[in-house]
Amino acid sequence: MASLITCPHCGVRPKEEFAIRGDASLIRPAPSASDEAWHDYVYVRANPRGRTVEHWHHIAGCRRFLVVERDTVTHEVYSVVDGTAAAREARR
Amino acid sequence: MTAYRLSSGGLVDRSKALSFTFDGRPLRGFAGDTLASALLANDQLLVGRSFKYHRPRGIVSAGPSEPNALVTLGSGARSDPNTKATVAELYAGLTARSQNRWPSLGFDVGAVNGLLSPFLGAGFYYKTFMWPRQLWEKLYEPVIRRAAGLGRAGLERDPESYEKSWAFCDLLVVGGGPAGLMAALTAGRAGLRVILADEDFRLGGSLLSETETVDGGAAPAFAERVVAELQSLENVTLLSRTTVFGWYDDNVFGAVERVQKHVAEPSAKLPTERVWRIAAKRALLATGAEERPLVFGGNDRPGVMMAGAIGTYAHRHGVSAGKSVAIFTSGSSGYRTARSLSAKGVTVSTIIDSRPEASDAVPHGVRVIRSGSIVDTKGRQRLSGIVVERSGFEELIACDALGMSGGWSPVVHLACQRGARPVWSDALKAFAAPDVGDTLRVVGAANGVYTLAGCLRDGAEKAAAIAAELGFNAAAAPLPVTETEAEPSFAALWYVPGAKSKAFVDFQNDVHTKDLGLALREGFGHVEHAKRYTTSGMATDQGKLSNINAVGILAGMRGVSPAEVGTTTFRPFYTPVSFGALAGTSRDVHATPTRKSPLHEWGKKHGATFVDSGLWFRSAWFPRAGEKTWRESVDREVLNVRANVGLCDVSTLGKIEVFGPDAAEFLNRLYCNAILKLPVGKARYGLMLREDGFVFDDGTVSRLADDHFFVTTTTAMAGAVMSHMDYCAQVLWPDLKVRFCSVSDQWAQMAIAGPNAREVLQQLVDEDISETAFPFLSARATALRGGINARLFRISFSGELAFELAVPAGYGEAVADQIMEAGRAHKICAYGVEALNVLRLEKGLLTHAEFDGRVTPDDAGLGRMFSAQKPDFIGKHLSARYGLTAADRMQIVGLKPVDKDKDIRAGAHLLKEGMKPSTLNDQGWVSSAGYSPVLGHHIALAFLKSGRERYGEKVAVWDKLRDHEVIAEVCDPVFVDPENKKLKA
Amino acid sequence: MRYSAFSIVRNALSGNLNWKPQWRQPQPKSHYDVIIVGGGGHGLSTAYYLAKEFGVKNVAVLEKGYLGSGNVGRNTTIVRSNYMLPGNEPFYEFSMKLWEGLEQDLNYNVMLSQRGVIMLYHSDAQRDAYVRRGNAMWMEGVEAELIERDQLKKMIPFLNYDHARYPILGGLLQRRAGTARHDAVAWGYARGADQHGVDIIEHCEVTGIRRENGVVTGVETSNGFIGCGKLALAAAGNSSRVGEMADLKLPLESHVLQAFVTEGLKPCIDHVIVYGGGHFYISQSDKGGLVFGAEIDGYSSYAQRGNLATAEHVMEEGVSMIPGLSRVRVLRAWGGVMDMSMDGSPIIDRTSIDNLYLNCGWCYGGFKATPASGYCFAHLIARNDTHPVARALRLDRFARGYAVDEAGAGPQPNLH
Repeated sequence: MASLITCPHCGVRPKEEFAIRGDASLIRPAPSASDEAWHDYVYVRANPRGRTVEHWHHIAGCRRFLVVERDTVTHEVYSVVDGTAAAREARR
Repeated sequence: MTAYRLSSGGLVDRSKALSFTFDGRPLRGFAGDTLASALLANDQLLVGRSFKYHRPRGIVSAGPSEPNALVTLGSGARSDPNTKATVAELYAGLTARSQNRWPSLGFDVGAVNGLLSPFLGAGFYYKTFMWPRQLWEKLYEPVIRRAAGLGRAGLERDPESYEKSWAFCDLLVVGGGPAGLMAALTAGRAGLRVILADEDFRLGGSLLSETETVDGGAAPAFAERVVAELQSLENVTLLSRTTVFGWYDDNVFGAVERVQKHVAEPSAKLPTERVWRIAAKRALLATGAEERPLVFGGNDRPGVMMAGAIGTYAHRHGVSAGKSVAIFTSGSSGYRTARSLSAKGVTVSTIIDSRPEASDAVPHGVRVIRSGSIVDTKGRQRLSGIVVERSGFEELIACDALGMSGGWSPVVHLACQRGARPVWSDALKAFAAPDVGDTLRVVGAANGVYTLAGCLRDGAEKAAAIAAELGFNAAAAPLPVTETEAEPSFAALWYVPGAKSKAFVDFQNDVHTKDLGLALREGFGHVEHAKRYTTSGMATDQGKLSNINAVGILAGMRGVSPAEVGTTTFRPFYTPVSFGALAGTSRDVHATPTRKSPLHEWGKKHGATFVDSGLWFRSAWFPRAGEKTWRESVDREVLNVRANVGLCDVSTLGKIEVFGPDAAEFLNRLYCNAILKLPVGKARYGLMLREDGFVFDDGTVSRLADDHFFVTTTTAMAGAVMSHMDYCAQVLWPDLKVRFCSVSDQWAQMAIAGPNAREVLQQLVDEDISETAFPFLSARATALRGGINARLFRISFSGELAFELAVPAGYGEAVADQIMEAGRAHKICAYGVEALNVLRLEKGLLTHAEFDGRVTPDDAGLGRMFSAQKPDFIGKHLSARYGLTAADRMQIVGLKPVDKDKDIRAGAHLLKEGMKPSTLNDQGWVSSAGYSPVLGHHIALAFLKSGRERYGEKVAVWDKLRDHEVIAEVCDPVFVDPENKKLKA
Repeated sequence: MRYSAFSIVRNALSGNLNWKPQWRQPQPKSHYDVIIVGGGGHGLSTAYYLAKEFGVKNVAVLEKGYLGSGNVGRNTTIVRSNYMLPGNEPFYEFSMKLWEGLEQDLNYNVMLSQRGVIMLYHSDAQRDAYVRRGNAMWMEGVEAELIERDQLKKMIPFLNYDHARYPILGGLLQRRAGTARHDAVAWGYARGADQHGVDIIEHCEVTGIRRENGVVTGVETSNGFIGCGKLALAAAGNSSRVGEMADLKLPLESHVLQAFVTEGLKPCIDHVIVYGGGHFYISQSDKGGLVFGAEIDGYSSYAQRGNLATAEHVMEEGVSMIPGLSRVRVLRAWGGVMDMSMDGSPIIDRTSIDNLYLNCGWCYGGFKATPASGYCFAHLIARNDTHPVARALRLDRFARGYAVDEAGAGPQPNLH
């Protein structure tokens, strides 16, 4: 995972071209959502041991936010997709 | 004389003699020698001192596992402490010094520790030195520390250079021995992009000390032929002197190439070392196997070596380790070495075999003692004899070199660096490489295949299989003809009972069998605990020789299999790698990139003193003749801006162009204040929050067209804001039609501030910039006279009548020159960020000195900017939390010293007058402070609990750190022109 | 067996054969008053103080690996109390004071070395921030010194004064800060807790938390069910996993932090030095190795290993600060799993479940907190009352808006 990332736009690129933002499974609540929903969104993390999705920002490349699906123990990468597509998918 | 150079043979070039020194003594070796082989050739058996007991030590191995023969190479700033003599390539002019001895290698006072050893067992220091408490710091620890370490690092600036590079290949072969060479040959012929890396300066591995013939000729000659063919293949890269030190995610390997560690005068055109990051589709580990030392009494005496190493020195370097060699073995390999030595003319007197019977061929004239064990060794700083025990009888046998052969352990280090642990193999009596999948496979001796023929075949076959997997048309390279040879057999012999003196497991750290026994007795029987308690395996060799015996001994004492004990964790680096190589060119001023404003040269022309601001250099102030301190320059610049006009380079601000039909909506959600209805041609101050409600950044938002905005960020946060915007647009609100890009580098931007600003600027632009036509917060694209595109903003960070003018970066300096020219009659001056800071401080305007990531808009006195009416924006919801709205939060205030001659300094804390300092009594802190030339005294901005209610109160400004305390009056943070009359003039 | 110079001599004369295990290896009882999950520094110190200071002696510490196999044995050994925020500084100073008496208290030499920690500053703004911090320390009665460039040059001559990308202008020094031998801390607490009757059970993995009527009654383990009156979690990087067994959702991400050690060298670096132009810090162990590290790798990870890109970056920072490190060779790299909290500060608190207690969120700073963490956690468990110095370290501080954000970086763990 963390040596090389295959950016869907730029190809195989080294880790240091990316900035990692964190958990990509979170969906920003509606403004009217409860305090608890907002608290959970901003502060609570599932923090899985195993498969996870994470936002990696290709700051030194296409500047796209990518969703990297990977394993937190083996560091294997399962998929890398564009963040916008993933966000649209998640909202569906 | 004991060790000596054989009269002929070896792969050294006897026509190229090389002079070198050891502890100042001039010596000679040949090209092709390692420092170790050359020292042996000169009969320099004593090479170093051990860590704890300062015992005399000699050369043990002929490779990177060496625990004892550590020296400091070079001198002064070019010193390399702890260098293994066994891998240091000899060159003319090499200087080597022994380590960890005083006053000399031969007579070392520290050796007295050996006498105290009963008291200095494993972990003794955890049990004492506790009383009296004061003495630990003052006496005990300094004494212990003085004993620390082996070599000395001068920490002088390194005069040499380093670099780093990426490499990509289909197949990386680690190790250039028989298996590695055949693998590279097979893959190379099939057309794969191959990298073959080997730590040695000569490719060939064990072939270089092999006595068997290959294709009817000498083994080294075979290696030479293969290397020549590989060199001729364009798709093959040979990296000798290159150690692959780590295996990382995605099959990326780290390797270090010693480009010119083997020359006396390195060329300035080349790096000394080069780190490779090798991204390999497949990799083969052909790293060979390590012969095991035997743990018996007195096994650390100089002259006691690995049997295979004695063979290597004889065959590869043409050096005999002694006049009379004995071999202590638990298996067939000891016999094989004995045979090869005899064939070479080295006298082998005795083989002591721990096994009761064996069918191995014994060379003529060599006595074999079966069921024998060595219980002690004789000699002082060199071996003179061994005490052999058999059936209860002891015999002293004279010898000056002893080879140990305790069987073999595959070198599987790299395969175990990513979480998988080695697997105990009963067949191999060793830990074998785990199955780590297709991308990395193990071949040859590293795979437990110990015959030459087997290694050659294993390398060729596995490479052919990989080639096929990768879609290449491949066949294994035809195997050369080799002699028939049986796989070696051996008995696992973890330690030899009956030791009459210390039997060392870890030589360098002086861990002996009793230490491991003590560890077990005290509950440290887990392999990790034993390691940490005894320090076994923690020396510079990381236990390459010793770990397996430590595991075996623990297993024996615990009555379990070595499989149950397991190993400690294999981690990078396989062998130590220098800081310099890993840092590459990123050092000194190149540690991070340098960014220069398009007006940098303009600043220079005006004599600017520059200051670092993140990656940027910014003009700090512009000293003039006669000004003795920076304060004088800054005061002048401030007063001149307030009285006349000044020009300041503000190009380093982040600048972002935002386009699209939803641009306004997008920005409205980003900023906490309202942006949606900002009219075209207008600018507005904007405040961004994080989602947790605290201030993230501030800047200006200008609307240039309905669907076109230009926003600025602070210099420090430009990158973070841009990333945040990317995130919001791409992930949070992907349906908004908005596009934006950073134009920070495209525009040179300057602030023209002061009462005369309009007169100066009007000379450059045609359009009317009067107060009526271009009032405060106007923003528009314009053109300068002569046609240069520009953007003009009526914004101010000084409280003065001010404009910010942006022009394409390439024109920046010329336009600035023009403004200075136009302003001459209006008394224009250049001013820097220091003056800018004083100007904003006088006006109570905030920077990241205030926005420290823990400040709400209300804390900053900007509560009115928080638009509760907007349905949604980043940070809105969580801003309502109790802790962010509590009445006792610290709020921004101004501070004036009561005694106007006193100064206030940033970083001081605030106390109610007369209150004792304590965390509970802490009332706040000073965020920014400076001298106001306008007011004639110091002023400051501070955060004070419930500060806005406390104007007029006196507080103690407490800077205990600098022994400074003043009483100040709390006031409104706007010190100058609170009605903004000048701003809107 | 009490340890002293005398005991060493006496045992040496009998061939060192009479030393006893430093802690027992008991079979778990069926029920304990308190079970602590996690046999690392914090779990062991909690057990020690529970038994010694708060009279709760029927205690078990369950450790899934070997004792001290987590971060207590893989950190860079730094001990300091140079924090800025009022939620932190009293806590860490309390810890510092416990460190100063720890060896006598435990009768175990953890080799506390108060050699001074100096944090370098490279700009006026950074100096001002350190001054603010230094004064916050003084507010708590903790000595701090601002060392200016000239003085610093005499103190630490080998820094990159003349060619640095960011000039070294000075530093903030805490003389009482320093290092301690990390493994010995785990062993010393284990021995101390054991002597007070605590059962330390290694190789016993908690696989479930049993609740009846919303109250924790015990834990399922690889050694079977063990009942308890109170359950205390001190599982560091695995806190989310253990918490999940009780349906706790925690403000944590697990990240890998690498650390490094060089080959052993004669003493050359006398202080703990922290680079202000990055995150790099370095000190020299009593064995001679230079121990150092910098930032976390940045991605969430439960693997105790890091990546080369980060390692290279650490070396770049090191050579930027001390050019003379260039030829020093790095021996070993390792990784620890950090329980990174959302504000960079720890959590010592009750949970929504009555007898379940939580100790986590230590980020990369847990080692120095070991004594205070254990003491305050024990206080909370024994008395059901938060220790005064840990008042800010509550779990609900995020919901209430009282984050303790020392870095001011906001709720993104990898920025702390």
